[in-house]
Amino acid sequence: MSKRLVFFMPLVAIAAMMALFAFALLTGVNPQEMDSALEGREMPAFRLTDVNDSQRTLTEESLDGEPYLMNFWATWCPSCKFEHPYLNSLASEGVRIIGVNYKDDRELAVTWLRDYANPYDIDVFDPNGDLGFELGVTGAPETFFVDSSGIIRHRFQGPIDSALWENKLKAVYDAME
Amino acid sequence: MRWSNRLIAAGLLFISLFAVAEQETLIFDNDTLRERYLDLTQQLRCPKCENQNIAGSNSPIAEDMRNKTYELLHLGYSDDQVVSYMIDRYTEFVIYQPRLNWGTVWLWLGPVMALLLGGLMVAWLARRSGAEPPDELSDDDRSRLQTLLDKDS
Repeated sequence: MSKRLVFFMPLVAIAAMMALFAFALLTGVNPQEMDSALEGREMPAFRLTDVNDSQRTLTEESLDGEPYLMNFWATWCPSCKFEHPYLNSLASEGVRIIGVNYKDDRELAVTWLRDYANPYDIDVFDPNGDLGFELGVTGAPETFFVDSSGIIRHRFQGPIDSALWENKLKAVYDAME
Repeated sequence: MRWSNRLIAAGLLFISLFAVAEQETLIFDNDTLRERYLDLTQQLRCPKCENQNIAGSNSPIAEDMRNKTYELLHLGYSDDQVVSYMIDRYTEFVIYQPRLNWGTVWLWLGPVMALLLGGLMVAWLARRSGAEPPDELSDDDRSRLQTLLDKDS
């Protein structure tokens, strides 16, 4: 190795770092994007009530059987209102959706579901965000894809629309057993 | 004059009472728990707002995490257990200090290796230049040089 080549090594190292940073900038790596800690894990245990019936207790076992989407929503959340009609159409196509009313008021939730139609197979009421915390939820809407054995396969943050569903999420849903 | 100053001072004192009351609404079993709580909430990063710790963020999720930290500490969790509890749900995103594993070990090894490599390179360059024998002038050259120098002056 010649002496001159050695002097070029720091330059090569800087070039490699700049290439890495340029890659991150140009491909739009989102620093706010956070993986879910729950993917690949079982639905955590919980004990909550039904939105429509405060006497009815729901646990993780109430959801077992078929694959489902677990959608966290709230009446205080504008994106949930945007997402709601699409959830209705998904439900009418036979997609099983479990709704979790997150940090909300029971009466407001019941009114919402009456006024905007209810796409949810089961309505879980989580006023303190306990189930949300167990699942690492940071806000609403957030949707978990859970298979028939109760394993979480995917987590999606933000409202789902038809483009997102067709391009990405439908495949995730169809792959679940 | 003096009377109005006193009034202002009393007013400020009154306001400051509220400022303190608003911050310190949590009651701890003892001062050690309080210190550990303050320490942990400084260390944990808010998952919704990437550049704030949960102590400094007003987002609802940061508030939930503060409450959970408070609750777990009073249940007898150790600091490490509280941090693990958060990581289990919110991933390693919520800690500023990375944990040691095969992916992150380079953060510690990298600088040491760079330093070693740099040291080796410097040593190698120094030895190479040191190995070259200095050009000795022969007596002929010396006298020629001397004549040239003399001629100039």
